[in-house]
This record gives sequence, C-alpha cells and structure tokens, in this order.
Amino acid sequence: MLTIHNLHAGIEEKKILNGIDLDIKAGEVHAIMGPNGSGKSTLAAVLAGRQNYEVIEGAVNFLGKDLLDMSPEERAGEGLFLAFQYPVEIPGLSTTNFIKTAVNEIRKYRGQDPLDAVAFLKLMKEKMALMNIEQSLLSRSLNEGFSGGEKKRNEIFQMAMLQPKLAILDETDSGLDIDAIRIVANGVNKLRNKDNAVLVVTHYQRLLNYIVPDFVHVLYNGRIVKSGTKELAFELEEKGYDFIKNQVGEEVDQ
Amino acid sequence: MNTIEYFKERFDQLQKENSDSGLRLIRQKAFDSLSRFGIPMRHEEWKYTRISSLFNKEYNFPAAKTPTSMSWKDMEDIRLPGYQRSNELVFVNGEFSFPLSTIRSDQLLVMPLEEAAQSEYRDTVIKYLGHSGKYLKDGINALNTAFIKGGIFIYVRKGQIVEQPVYIYNITDARSGNILAQPRSLVYVGENAQLQLVETYSTLGMNESFTNQVMEIVVEKDARAEYYKIQNDAAHTNQVSTTHIRQIGRSYTHTVTISLNGGLVRNNLNLVLDAERCEGHLYGLYLQKGQSHIDNHTVVDNVKPNCFSNELYKGIIDDSATGVFNGKIFVQPQAQKTNAYQSNKNILLSDNASVNTKPQLEIFADDVKCSHGCTVGRLNDEGLFYLQSRGISEKIAKSLLLHAFAFDVLEHIRPEPIREYVDKLISERLEYDLT
Repeated sequence: MLTIHNLHAGIEEKKILNGIDLDIKAGEVHAIMGPNGSGKSTLAAVLAGRQNYEVIEGAVNFLGKDLLDMSPEERAGEGLFLAFQYPVEIPGLSTTNFIKTAVNEIRKYRGQDPLDAVAFLKLMKEKMALMNIEQSLLSRSLNEGFSGGEKKRNEIFQMAMLQPKLAILDETDSGLDIDAIRIVANGVNKLRNKDNAVLVVTHYQRLLNYIVPDFVHVLYNGRIVKSGTKELAFELEEKGYDFIKNQVGEEVDQ
Repeated sequence: MNTIEYFKERFDQLQKENSDSGLRLIRQKAFDSLSRFGIPMRHEEWKYTRISSLFNKEYNFPAAKTPTSMSWKDMEDIRLPGYQRSNELVFVNGEFSFPLSTIRSDQLLVMPLEEAAQSEYRDTVIKYLGHSGKYLKDGINALNTAFIKGGIFIYVRKGQIVEQPVYIYNITDARSGNILAQPRSLVYVGENAQLQLVETYSTLGMNESFTNQVMEIVVEKDARAEYYKIQNDAAHTNQVSTTHIRQIGRSYTHTVTISLNGGLVRNNLNLVLDAERCEGHLYGLYLQKGQSHIDNHTVVDNVKPNCFSNELYKGIIDDSATGVFNGKIFVQPQAQKTNAYQSNKNILLSDNASVNTKPQLEIFADDVKCSHGCTVGRLNDEGLFYLQSRGISEKIAKSLLLHAFAFDVLEHIRPEPIREYVDKLISERLEYDLT
C-alpha cells in the first residue's frame, strides 16, 4: 500500500530525515517509535504533504501513485489520513459543516455524487454511535475549546467518516490520560480491517497496548535503525531509548 | 463643482423655495459650517480617504424630483428577503418616496422632516436634528445638513414595540446622469420602545453615483434600537454614510455594519452614551476587492458614568483594495466606571491589499476599564493545511476559513432573513457553495 524508499527530507535548510525505507501492506499496523527530535512528526508531515517541508531525495509510492507529487487534498482523496498531534482550532467553522465538506470533497475527487443531507446525517449518526461521540461536540466550532481528549476523539471521528486506506496517527496519545487513550484506541480498532492500514507514530509504548502493531520501527536521527514486532516496543519501554542510541549511535553519527 | 460658490447658489435657491420651513435655521448654520470647513483636503480625519476628487465631477444636485417612472419593477432584485413582513422605506436620489414605501407596523410613524419640524414634533426635531455636526467637524456632514430636503422623521412612541423590522432602501437612479444624493433621517425611539432598522444602498445605471447620507438616532430610557447597514453597491459608486446614535436614557443599542462592495465607502458611526448605564454594541465586517476603498470611522463617546460598549470590526482585503479603521473611544471626566472594549482584525489576501488601522483612546476619567487591539495578518497556514489534509481543496478551504473569520460578526445580525441573506452574499463573494 505504502512504500517509502530512501526518503530524505527537511525543513528550512535543516535536514531531518536521512533515508527512510518502509513498506506497509493492507491490513497491517505499523508503529514508528523514537526519541524526541528523531523525525517522527516530520515523517508524518511529509507523508501528508505539509507545506514548508522539502523532500530532498527518495520516493513514496501510495497505492501505485507517486504520493509526493500530490497536493494534501489529493492525498486525502487517494485515501491518506493524518490524525494531527495538535488538531487546529477554527472558531466560526462548525464541526459538522467541516466534516460534510470534507466527505463531499473526497467523494467529488473519486467521481462520486455528493451525499445529500439525509444520507450524510445517516452516515454521521452511524459513526457517532461507533465512536461514542455526542452531537453537542459536533455542533460546536471546529476544535474550539475542546479538551485534549475531545480533540483526539474528533480526529478519530473524522477518520471514521472519511474511511481512509491508510491512517497515520501522529502522537495521538500525547496529552491524554489513560481513559482517553483507551477510547481513542478502541475507535481506531473498530475501523481496522483487511483493506486498510494504520501507521502509529508515538513516543511511548502505552498506546501500543491498545492498538497492537504488527511491526515496530525505531526512528533515530532520521533513519529507521531497528525494526521488529511488538516485543521491540516493550524492550524500548523497559530499557529506554538510550539502549538504541548506544547500540546504533556510533554508526549513525558517522 | 469644487467651490463653495457652486453650493451657495443652490443653497440660496433651496432656502428661497422653503422659506417657512422650521429647518431653515438648521440649514443656515450648516451652510456656514460648510463655508468655514470646506470639502476635506488635508483633514486629519480624512487622511486615508481622499474625498475631494469626488467633487471634481458635475452632479445633478440637488436631485430633481423622483422620476415618476420609478417603480418596484425596476428594483425587484434589490429587495431584501423578508420584505413581505417588514416596513419598507424608500429614498430615491436622496429624497423619501411615499409611493414606493410601505408601512406595515401601526407603532411606526414616518413623516417628512419638513412637516415634522412644523408639527407637534417640532421640539424633538429641533432639539436632536444635527447633533452629528458636533462630532463631525467637516464639510461633508455640513453639506448634508445644509441641503436637508425630502428627509424623514421616524418616531416610535413610548412603550411601542415595532415588531417588523424597518428596511430602508437608498436608491440612486444614475441611469440618465451623475447623481449626488443626500438622504437624511432622524429616528426617535421613545421610552421603553423597540426598533430594528436595516439599511441598504443601490445604484441603478452606470453614471457617477455619490451618496452622502446622515441618519441620527435618538434612544430614550429603557429603549432598544438595532441598526444594520448592508453595503453591496456597484464598484462605480461612492458613499459617505453617517450613523449617529445618541442614547439619552439608560438604553441598549446594537449595530452591525457589513460592507461588501462599492467604490469608495466611508462610514462614520458615532455612539454617544449620554446617560448612565447605557450599553452599546458595534460590529463591522468589510470584504473588499478590486480597487475598492472602505473606511470605517467610529466614535464611542462615554459622557456619563457606568456605560458599557463593545466594538468588533473585522476586515478581509483582497486585490488592490484598501481598508481604513479608525476607532475612537472618549471617556469624559465624569464618566467613571466606563467599560469600553474595541478590537479590529484584518486579513490581507494579496500583496497589494492594504489596511490602516488606528485605535484611539482618550480617557479623562480615572476609574475605567478600556481595551483596544488590532491585528493585520494573513490566512492561517496551519488551519489551511488541516482542512486540505481532509480532502478539501485549497480554494474551498480558504473560503471556509475566511467565512469562519467573519462568523463572529455575522452571528450578531439578528433578523434571520437578513443574516441568511448576508451569509449567502459572503459565500458568493468567497466563491463557494456548500449545498
């Protein structure tokens, strides 16, 4: 589904990713872990097409297309979804209106007719029930005054509405207490199936107790220095990132 | 027509024709002011708005009688939604037209100013007409007052609630020549009375159209007045629009000024809090494009203690358009415990767009709470990316963000058909349709 080959990227002259290779297939959950400043969020940003990030070298293929050649909205149309670490507050834009626009813009991209009011409402009701999200939240301005947990739940609700092929969760657990993490993780798990994939970017192992990865990759200095199964996450939690730094530091630093 | 002599000739003619009007003296004083002030050239209050060039043209002025050919058939597309349940007052070329107007509310009294000045309302008219001249010491305000003719007096008696809003259409018929129109009205909202005014401006024809309007609103104790101004006229039109509100008893006012179009638009909004415990809200939104120029000059004068005012103006400026915001707050020495807030926020959409924003606080009392702030910025990149990452095209994402920016002004338009109408105009201006 997603193939990243030798990806080098940076922001404002500062090189952050130093050759990433990653292959994600449908039905898989991958986790990217790593210490602060290792390039986790940069990788998520580059994949979603955030402006100001510059790709220096490498290629990313998403469902047979050149991902890096597409605008952020085209990537979303192709089925990519980024759950933001810091969802943006937009006072004056109703959450429902925003989601309806997004759903229909993606349908338009795929050559489908827009959902009418009735069909949209039906879809929304269904996903609200699935995600345990209440109407009052959706009537408010987008993320405005939402608690940390509400913002992240809203991200996963959007994911449920847009039904992406690949969802990238960027530090979705940051700032959440354990109950909120469980709610968000349950939401993600309900959306998993054999045709989609999830890339979890996280600093801590705890989210991975709830969203269980098939593969864990450790990012350090802009490179994947170690890959393994979920046991790798436990090892990291136990030993800390220093264990990786010590193991591979010298080699990467050269 | 840039000389006082030009006006003098016409002024003498007007005074001769209306020798017995109670307005004679008011006009004369105003003409003296006009002679003294002249048309603003290097006037501090007109620093960013060059009005003098408008006086280099020849106008049909004072306007000839309302063309008899004028009918609602010519004007159907400028009619505001919900008009079937509203009062409609129509000015054509600055003069009130009774045949085109419809008064549906029994609580609403509308009469020609000339007539009111000689009626039982004479004292009210003489006492309150022309108060704006104390705040606007320039030839433009004086020009309107000197040539008061065909204006109206709107009166809401004590305890009366005008249920239906009053729509006021200022129509300029420039189909057969250049027009300088000077609509004038005095509104009196009696004790415990309520009134909603909605005003628009429309020009027919492609000749020069210059509207210099003055409306003065007096609000009595326990009364409530709402005023909505919607400016969406053609790009070849120009206007100076003065709304002067004076709260003379503990009362509540609420104004929203929406400026979407027009060549040169200058709004003077004065709020005089002339009694204790008055409350006033001032909202404004301007969306400018092309070469248009919008200038909002507001004054909040806290004369008496314990008053509250809140002001929020927002602007979106595109192309080579220019915006001006000048917000003055005066707190007079006796006006202790004043609460006055002001904010002006702008988004510039192009490198050639510009805005001059100037908050001005003059506080002569020591126990007050006043704040002001202004921002000039661009559309938020982070918000834009967030929307795009959900599949929303850049163009629609921008429109949504701009509409969201406008929202906290728009939500204060209380008559629902008008709010929906303005909302739709803005969607059209931002070029998207969500349905």
